[in-house]
Amino acid sequence: MAGHHDEFIRLEGKIFTKSFFVLLTLVIVGFYYIGVRYVKGIGAVSNMSDGYPWGIWIAYDVATGTAIACGGYAMAILIYIRNHWKFHPLIRSALLTSLFGYCLAGFSVMVDLGRYWNSYGFFMPARWQINSAMFEVALCVMAYSTVLVIEFLPAVLWSLENSRGETLRKVSAWLHPRLVPDEAKLASGLEWVRAAAAWLRPRLDKVLVFFIVLGITLPTMHQSSLGSLLLIAATKLNPLWHTGFLPLLFLINCIYIGYSIVIMESIISSYAFKREIEYNELAGLSRIIPWLTVIWLSVRVGDLVHRGQIGNALKFDFYSCFFLLEFCLVAGGSMILFSRRMRRSPRWLFVTATMIILGGALYRFNVYLIGFNPGQGWHYFPSFAEVMITVGVIALEILGYQVLVKVFPVLPNPHKNGVGGQNTAEQIGLPSGAVPQGK
Amino acid sequence: MKSQSRRDFFKMLGLGGATLLASSVPAMANEKVGVNNEALGMLYDATMCVGCKACMATCKRVNGDYGSLSYERASFDTDGLWDAPQDLSGSTRTLIKLYKESDSRWSYVKYSCMHCQKPSCVSVCPVSAMTKDKVTGVVDYNKDTCIGCRYCQVACSFTIPKFQWEKTLPQIVKCDLCKNTNLREKGITACAEVCPVGAITFGKRKELLEIAHTRLQDNPGRYIHHVYGEHELGGTNHLYLSALAFDKLGLPTLPDNAPAEFSEKIQHTIYKGFVAPVALYSALCFIALKNQKEQEKNGHKEDGE
Repeated sequence: MAGHHDEFIRLEGKIFTKSFFVLLTLVIVGFYYIGVRYVKGIGAVSNMSDGYPWGIWIAYDVATGTAIACGGYAMAILIYIRNHWKFHPLIRSALLTSLFGYCLAGFSVMVDLGRYWNSYGFFMPARWQINSAMFEVALCVMAYSTVLVIEFLPAVLWSLENSRGETLRKVSAWLHPRLVPDEAKLASGLEWVRAAAAWLRPRLDKVLVFFIVLGITLPTMHQSSLGSLLLIAATKLNPLWHTGFLPLLFLINCIYIGYSIVIMESIISSYAFKREIEYNELAGLSRIIPWLTVIWLSVRVGDLVHRGQIGNALKFDFYSCFFLLEFCLVAGGSMILFSRRMRRSPRWLFVTATMIILGGALYRFNVYLIGFNPGQGWHYFPSFAEVMITVGVIALEILGYQVLVKVFPVLPNPHKNGVGGQNTAEQIGLPSGAVPQGK
Repeated sequence: MKSQSRRDFFKMLGLGGATLLASSVPAMANEKVGVNNEALGMLYDATMCVGCKACMATCKRVNGDYGSLSYERASFDTDGLWDAPQDLSGSTRTLIKLYKESDSRWSYVKYSCMHCQKPSCVSVCPVSAMTKDKVTGVVDYNKDTCIGCRYCQVACSFTIPKFQWEKTLPQIVKCDLCKNTNLREKGITACAEVCPVGAITFGKRKELLEIAHTRLQDNPGRYIHHVYGEHELGGTNHLYLSALAFDKLGLPTLPDNAPAEFSEKIQHTIYKGFVAPVALYSALCFIALKNQKEQEKNGHKEDGE
């Protein structure tokens, strides 16, 4: 009965751990300031100004956060388009992070929008403005979030099919003893839910691939458009970053960040949840990254040479330093990953993945904030409350991930996938199709 | 198998890259904007301005009610009799400033929306809240559709649109050439009407340019030989004459091409007729279905063994 779903397992363990409460505190602080923002206006909590109308809520939560949430996108390309099915066990945790990343980016936008109550205008064709890169980003991100929910649905359906309603009973008993449903009613209700889930799941599995491909097309569109957003700021964005190649650079950038985040997340969850590391998958994955970064760095440098900006890039002034930092992080991380030995070491994998994520994220920060100069007299550094709102959103993301991997089968099943052990060396050389795995 | 798939990968990447490259390169070439010289505008002559700020006060009086503006109020002045804004803001659409180089060299300067020929704010607004009137050339704002994303502020090279940061229900504020107030009632903007020394001339762009060039010719040595706004960013309907360098007065040195031309060209090339996304989706569907079928076959073989 398990079919290909035993490829993933539900993590056993308590939900209310110590880290749960730490994160919950951060979430509460963040939401307190969000409350203040809605009552007293954006100016009451943020340091944004007319010169710097976009602060860290856009630069981090939207522009960088969605890149970090590109794991699902990058993995879908690898598995379904490049035909490497051995990476399939990693996809659900990647999808879950993507889902959180995008939903919370959407949430942050609603905090950031001044006149949020008018945002229904995106659904009114009369108001559409197709020249606007933001219009494209907004529609695509909304569509992609929906697609991510559909892509994650099989895990939810599996849990519904296999649930015995114990949690429901416990929660209602805790709320009020009278709320506890009687056995017969619960059994028939559960039977109905299970039947519905069982009916839906195979049908969903059949059409799922069309949603997965949609989940590749949409990020290709909006991640490049996130770069296009700043094309208009020709007179404000430093020439080290302002180029017609912004869309292409943002697109490649999100893909290598996506793979790096999958590696980082796997290693962290292996340590945090005391599971074996998926050596084979991670080593294979890390081999792709340097190729992408080399293309990215070539476009980056080639463009600077073409526009005669190399001198400015090496001036070691404020802008040049940030450019070099971003460049060295990405280039350094990729150099290490070219070594086969380093790719087999979890420690170096973690270090390089972190370097590339930081470098790639810094690139986006440089484009959105650091390289942005509206003219004399304008300064921006985020306020405490502004930072806490972003921290609260990130905390909510980690918190949700922690809880959901214990509720739904998300993480790769170590027994099914033959991770670790002696057979690793043989497996790595096998063509992808021959690895004994479910779909 | 492996090298095969890597080649495929590079092919794909190359394809994607090529389309993007092809799209960005012609966009670099700069295209002349069709300039509408019949549009309405203003000519501000900094050498004639006496800094009385009558234009500022009148602007607030005339436009104060429109667009739910309230006067900036000092805490000791609940009646709203006193107002001294430091800069353009969520309650100030026009402003006079003094630039003082020395005791003998100084100049006033008036800020307000430049009403560009090809406005960036209109190009970037995702919900058409910023619009440009085809006939009058007025760049107007509609608070009923605005979502408050502030992309117009990011886009504007003059940092003109202002946001009401301190308000619970904020909006964008900028000069609309008195479109709904003085212009409709009297056919002239309030600031130009009230100026006691004629430093602000209201009229069609064509006439304003003629006046400006005549002044430059008739008074050699009085002005910097340049009409600011004639070519900047593809031309603006608000023009300036000055005796001091424009960038010192807070009017940035800008290229002659409109940023919106550049960005729209790239965006349009990528999304022309929505062909590229549809093609990408169908191509990917084809590949993914093929791969999935192949995988299922292999998987079943494994199970059977």
